[in-house]
Amino acid sequence: MRLDNFLHLKRHAQNLLTRSAIRAFGLLSYVAAGFAQPSASYLSSTNIFAPASTPARSIFGLSLFVLAVTLVIFVVVAGLIVYAVVKFRNRAGDAEREPAQVYGSTQIELAWTVIPVLIVIVLFLATARGIHAIQDAPKPAAALDVTVIGHQFWWEFRYPKLGIVTANELHIPVSDPSRPTPTFMKLMSADTDHSFWVPELGGKTDLIPNRVNEMWMDPSRPGIYLGQCAQYCGTQHAKMLLRVSVDRPAEFEAWVRAQQRAAVQDEKARAGKHVFETTSCINCHTVSGTAANGRFGPDLTHLMSRTSLASGAAENTPSNLRLWIQNPDAIKPGSLMPSMKLNDADLDTLVTYLETLR
Amino acid sequence: MSAITIPLPATPQSWSLPDRGKVAMAGLIIAESAIFTIFVVAYLFYVGKSLTGPTPRAVLEIPVFFTICLLSSSITVHLAQRLLERGNRGGFVSLWFLTLLLGGLFLFGTAQEWHRLIYERGLTISTNLFGTTYYSLVGLHAFHVTAGLVMLLIVLIFTLAGRVDRDQSGRVAVLSMYWHFVDAVWIVVFTVVYILGR
Amino acid sequence: MTETLHEWVTTVDHKRLGILYILYGLGFLVMAGIEALVIRVQLMHAHNHFVSPQVFNRMFTMHGTTMIFFVVMPVLFGFANYLVPLMIGARDMAFPRLNAFSFWLTALGGLLLYFSFLGGSGLYGAGNAPDVGWWAYAPLTAKAFSPGHSADYWTISLLVSGFGSVGTAINIIATVLCMRCPGMHLGRMPLLAWLYLVMSGMVLMAITPLTAAQLMLLVDRYLGGHFFDTQAGGSATIWMHFFWIFGHPEVYVLVIPAFAFLSEIIPVFSRKPIFGYPVMVAATIGIGLVSMSVWAHHMFTIGMNSYANSFFAITTMAVGIPTGIKIFNWIGTIWGGRIHFKVPMLFCIGFLLQFLIAGLTGIIQSCVPVDWQLSLSYFVVAHFHYVIVGGILFALFAAFYYWYPKMTGRMLSERLGNWHFWLFLIGFHLTFDVMHIPGLLGMPRRIYTYEPRPGWETLNMIVTIGAFIQAIAILVFVWNLIVSYWKGAKAGNDPWDAWTLEWSVSSPPRIYNFASIPVVASRRPLWDLKHPEDPDSRYE
Repeated sequence: MRLDNFLHLKRHAQNLLTRSAIRAFGLLSYVAAGFAQPSASYLSSTNIFAPASTPARSIFGLSLFVLAVTLVIFVVVAGLIVYAVVKFRNRAGDAEREPAQVYGSTQIELAWTVIPVLIVIVLFLATARGIHAIQDAPKPAAALDVTVIGHQFWWEFRYPKLGIVTANELHIPVSDPSRPTPTFMKLMSADTDHSFWVPELGGKTDLIPNRVNEMWMDPSRPGIYLGQCAQYCGTQHAKMLLRVSVDRPAEFEAWVRAQQRAAVQDEKARAGKHVFETTSCINCHTVSGTAANGRFGPDLTHLMSRTSLASGAAENTPSNLRLWIQNPDAIKPGSLMPSMKLNDADLDTLVTYLETLR
Repeated sequence: MSAITIPLPATPQSWSLPDRGKVAMAGLIIAESAIFTIFVVAYLFYVGKSLTGPTPRAVLEIPVFFTICLLSSSITVHLAQRLLERGNRGGFVSLWFLTLLLGGLFLFGTAQEWHRLIYERGLTISTNLFGTTYYSLVGLHAFHVTAGLVMLLIVLIFTLAGRVDRDQSGRVAVLSMYWHFVDAVWIVVFTVVYILGR
Repeated sequence: MTETLHEWVTTVDHKRLGILYILYGLGFLVMAGIEALVIRVQLMHAHNHFVSPQVFNRMFTMHGTTMIFFVVMPVLFGFANYLVPLMIGARDMAFPRLNAFSFWLTALGGLLLYFSFLGGSGLYGAGNAPDVGWWAYAPLTAKAFSPGHSADYWTISLLVSGFGSVGTAINIIATVLCMRCPGMHLGRMPLLAWLYLVMSGMVLMAITPLTAAQLMLLVDRYLGGHFFDTQAGGSATIWMHFFWIFGHPEVYVLVIPAFAFLSEIIPVFSRKPIFGYPVMVAATIGIGLVSMSVWAHHMFTIGMNSYANSFFAITTMAVGIPTGIKIFNWIGTIWGGRIHFKVPMLFCIGFLLQFLIAGLTGIIQSCVPVDWQLSLSYFVVAHFHYVIVGGILFALFAAFYYWYPKMTGRMLSERLGNWHFWLFLIGFHLTFDVMHIPGLLGMPRRIYTYEPRPGWETLNMIVTIGAFIQAIAILVFVWNLIVSYWKGAKAGNDPWDAWTLEWSVSSPPRIYNFASIPVVASRRPLWDLKHPEDPDSRYE
C-alpha cells in the first residue's frame, strides 16, 4: 500500500478516535462535576447522576448498567465499521477488478441475531426488576401523604392528613433508612397535562386531568432540590418551577405547625386586608380566616414562607410582589394572573398586607 | 454509455400480476379499517363512562330491518356484478338499482333513528360521552355509505347511458369490494353499538 | 423542449411529480430550518429575550410539524415516485392521476399550515401558527385551552396532507405489486421497492389513526363533543394512545426509505451485492410489524401500571433486533469490498455510525426507569434528532448525490459535496452530541427559557453554534444543487457503474422510461449484462 495513503488514513483514524475520546471525556467530566456538586441555593444542580433518594438511586444504578452494555455494543460495532471502512477501501491500483460477490451467510445471520436477543433478555430482566421495585413498592405506615395538583402554571400541594394547603414549594421530611418516612404523592391536574420532575429525588410522573397518578420519594439528605414541569402545558410551561425542601425532623415539624396556623392578623395591615377582600383577589385566592376562599390561584395564607413568587419565576421580595400584582406579564408573560390595575396607594397597602402573611 | 437495451432472456411463459384496481381498493380498505378501528376503540373505551345523560340501554332500538336491508345489498351487488361479467346488462341494471335502493333505505333508517334520538330522547353529539361516540361512529359509517351510494349512482347513470358493459366488469368489481367493506363495517358497528355496548 | 409552468402543474408523470415533491420538501426544509435557528438563538442564554414565549412555542410546534410532514415525508415520497417505476421496469406509477392528486393535497396541507402565520397576533407574533406542540396533546388543544385557531390549523392541514399520503401509499403498493416487468418476481425486486412497499403498508395503518384522532378533535372543538373532554369524563390519555399509535410507526415510515437508499447505494460503492437480501426483506417486515406494538414507550411517565410498562419495554427492545440486523448486513456488504469514498458513500458511512448511536440511545430509553428521568428532556430531543438528522437526513443526502445525475443528467460537484459533508458532520456532532448532556442535567424540552443552572448555558451555546454550522452546510448543498444543474459534469446513463434498471436508461430518462419493457432474470440485471461470464442469475 502507498505510504502517503496510509499516513493520511492513519491520521484520519487517529483524528476520529481523538475526537471521540475528547467527547467522551467531556461528557464524563460534566457528569462527574454534576455529581460532585452539593445541592444548595437557587443554582443547585438537577443532575440525574446525583441521586438523593431510593427511586433515584435505583434508576442511577440501572442507567450505569445500561450505559455499560450499550457502550460495549457501540465499541464493538463502531469498531467493525471503522475497521471495514479502512481495510476495504479501494486502493488506486485495483480499479477494474470487482471483489468477490458474496450474497450472504446463514451462520453469520444467526449469530448476529442470537447475540442481540440475549442482550435484550438481560436488559429486559434488569428493567422489569427496576420497574417493579419503584412502581410496586409498598407504602409504610409512617409515610407522609401529599396531594399534588398541577395548574397552568403553578403547583398546588395539599397535605390531607395535616390540613395544610400550600403552593409551589414542597416541604417533606428527610427519610432515615432505619425508620423510613417516605413521602407518597398523588398527582392530579386541574387543567392540562403537567409532569413532576425533581431529578435528584426520582424520575418524573405526569399529572393528567381526570386521572390520579402516584409516586414516592424518600430523600436521604436534607437540602433544597430543584426541578420543574416537564410536560408542555401552555405558554408558561418553562416557568412552572419546583422547589423541594427536604427538612430534618424538627424543622419539618416547625414548618407543619406554622402552616397549620390560620393567617396572621396584623392590625397594622388592616387597610391592605380591606383592599384584598374588596378586590377580585378573593375570587382566585384563599387566605384562611378571611373571606378569600378561591381555588383558581395559589393559597396565600403563608405566602411569606415561600422564597419565590409565581412558581419560581421571581424572588419573593416586596418589589417583585408589587410588580407581580400590577403587571404579571413583566415577570411571567402568559400566566393566568391578571393585572389588577390598582392605584399606587391601594397597591402599596395591599403589598404591606401580603407581606404580613408569614 | 448510450441506453442499454436489455436483451430478452427466456421470456417467462406467463407473467400475470394482480389487478391494480383490486390491490388499490384493498389498500384503501386497510386504511379505512384502521380509521374505523380507532373510532370503535374509543366507543368501547367510553362505554359506561358517561357522567350524565341518556344511556344506550335507555334509548337505543336495534335497527333489525335496516340492517337486513344493508346486508342484503351486499348480495344484490355481488349478483349484479356476476351478471355484468356474463354480459347480462339488463339484469345488472335491475340488481344494481336494487342495491342502491337497499342502501338508500338503510340511510333513511339511520336518519329516522337520529331524528328520534335527538328530538324525542334528547341525545345529541354533545350530550355526553355516549352521544359523542355514538354519532361519530355511526355517522362515519353513514358517511361511507353515502359516498358508496354516490359511486353506485354514477355507475348506474353511465350504464343507462350505454357506457357500461362486460369490459367494465373489472371496475365494477372493485367498486363492489368497497360496498362489501361498508357492509362488513356495519356488522362490526352493529355488534359494538347495539349488542356489546348496551 | 419548452417546459412550461402549465406542464409542470398539470403533470401526471411520476418523474416530474417526484421532482415536485422533492423541491417542495426542500423549500420547507429552509422554513423549518429557520424556525430551528430561532429556537436555538432564544436558548443560547438563560433568560434570553430574543422571542416571546408565545412565539417560541409556535416555533417549536411548527418546526416539528413541518420537518416531519412537509419536509421528510414529501422528499421520501418524491424519491419513491421517481425511482420505483424505473427500478421495476414500469412506465409510470399504477395510478398517475391519483399520484398528481395526492401531491397537490399534500402541497395544499403545507400551504394551509403556513397560512396560519397570517392573522391572529400578527406576523411578528407568529400569527395563529400552532403552538400546541407537534403532538397536540389533549386537553391543551380543547377549545377551553386553545380558544384561537392555532389548533385548527394543525388539525386540518395534517388531515388534508394525510389523505395525500394515503393516496400515494396506495399508489406505491399497487405499483410494486402490479407493475413489475416480466421476470421480476418479488424476490428479484430491488430492496428499495421492497422497503417502500413495507413503508406504504405502514402509512395505511399508521397515518389513519392520526386522521381518526384529528376528526375526533374537530368533533370536540366544533360540535361540542367530549372525546378528550376530561370535564365530561373523557380521557386525556386516549389522545396520547391514538397519537402515538400513529406517531411511533410514523418514525419507521420515515426511516425505512432511508434504509432503502442505503441498501441501494452501499453495494454500488462497495462493489458487492447487498449482504443477506432475504434477511433484509424479512427484517424490514419484522420492523414494520413490531413497530406497531411499541407506541406507549412515548408514554412511560403517564402512570401506566408496571405490566403495561414492561410490555412496551420488551417490544421496544425487540424492535431493535431486526434493526440491528440491518446494520450488520450493511457492514457485511462493505466487508471484503472495494470502497469508493464518493460523496454518497461518505454520507452512508456517517449514517452507519450515527444511526448506531441513535439506536443505542433508544435502547437506553427503553429501560423504563431510566426513561422516567430521560423522557421529556433534551436527551430525547438529542436522540430523535440523531435518528432523523444523523440517520435519515444523511441517507437523504446520499440519495441526492447518487440520483441527482439520473434526474438531471449532471453530476453534483464532488468538491462542494465534500464541503457539505464535512461541515454538516461537524455541525451535527457539535449540536447533537452535546445536546444529550442538558437532558442528563435535568433540562426539560419545550421551554422557551431556563434558569442559569450549572452547565446549561454553555452547553446550549455550543448546541446553537453547531446549528448555525449545519445551516451553512445546507446552503452549500443548495448551492451545489443549483450550480451543478448548469455547470455539473455530464453524467451519462450510468455514472456510478451500478446494477439496477434505472441506470439502463438515459439521464434524465425519456418520458416513457423504457423503449421496450425490460425482462429480467436476476436482482442485478445490469451486473448480468456487464459480467456475462458470472451473472447473478446463475446463483438464484
